[in-house]
Amino acid sequence: MSLDPKDRTIVEATQAGLPLVPAPFAVVAENLGLSEAELITRLTRLKQDGIIRRIGAAPNHYRLGMTANGMTVWDVDDAHVDALGEKVGALAFVTHCYRRPRALPDWPYNLFAMVHGETREEVQSKRTEISALLGSASRAGDILFSTRILKKTGMRLRGKEA
Amino acid sequence: MTRALSDLERILINRLQDDLPLVPHPFAALARELDLSEEEVVGRIRSLRDDGLLTRFGPFFDAEALGGAFCLCAMAVPAERFEEVLTKVNAYPEVAHNYERDHRLNMWFVLATESQAAIAATAAAIERDTGLKVLLFPKEREFFIGFRVTA
Repeated sequence: MSLDPKDRTIVEATQAGLPLVPAPFAVVAENLGLSEAELITRLTRLKQDGIIRRIGAAPNHYRLGMTANGMTVWDVDDAHVDALGEKVGALAFVTHCYRRPRALPDWPYNLFAMVHGETREEVQSKRTEISALLGSASRAGDILFSTRILKKTGMRLRGKEA
Repeated sequence: MTRALSDLERILINRLQDDLPLVPHPFAALARELDLSEEEVVGRIRSLRDDGLLTRFGPFFDAEALGGAFCLCAMAVPAERFEEVLTKVNAYPEVAHNYERDHRLNMWFVLATESQAAIAATAAAIERDTGLKVLLFPKEREFFIGFRVTA
């Protein structure tokens, strides 16, 4: 899954976005000195390799009125956390779901599921649904609402010279 | 902050969370389905983006597959030191996102570096700078999701 120099140029040219025109790949290809067909072939391979997850847009939760953002965290039995994590991740209102290491004694939780909603009450009721799904395999849980975005910069692949 | 969405805008926001085809005219099928021209579809998407309802349009990369290293970190920052510590932490270019959360662990940030070794080194530097412990929560497994919000 390594990127050759041309792939790297393509990633750098598209990670800030594609132009919103009917034929965006033709525009990017021309800028890069590639044919549209070669660009599409390379993007298709990057997608098959899992480097590109999808082509689309992400909604801005805040601007859509979903201003409550709760990180729900759970201490789930290690024997069951992967099977249950799959189920929690499949819930329509969970936008990210990860297994992470505990940091005892400060932090007993190993399953993290992000939930967005219009109000904290809505997020709390979704948390109750997660709790019901986990059942007795979850020994404890908590929810951390975000109160302020302190920094948000997009992920950027650095240029080779950087 | 929010504005009323038309039915068409709702459809577009929902559909753009799926995957568009990697073809010369990626909006053509969507336009046919909605009985609009490609230009109309693209124009509506552009206005949703310009109004901030959609973030950028384009490929979504798996950041780790591109070769970087990432780690969620948390700190318990005393209230009276919050702004001072925030200034120090945010000054690191490796800090990609940072959120305040209502918990004893009240500062949660993501480190994005070129290597795993740089994660540990950056966390150690932040600990030296602030005198506070940085807890590391690397991703051990990601559970895949039907990544969508219903607008």
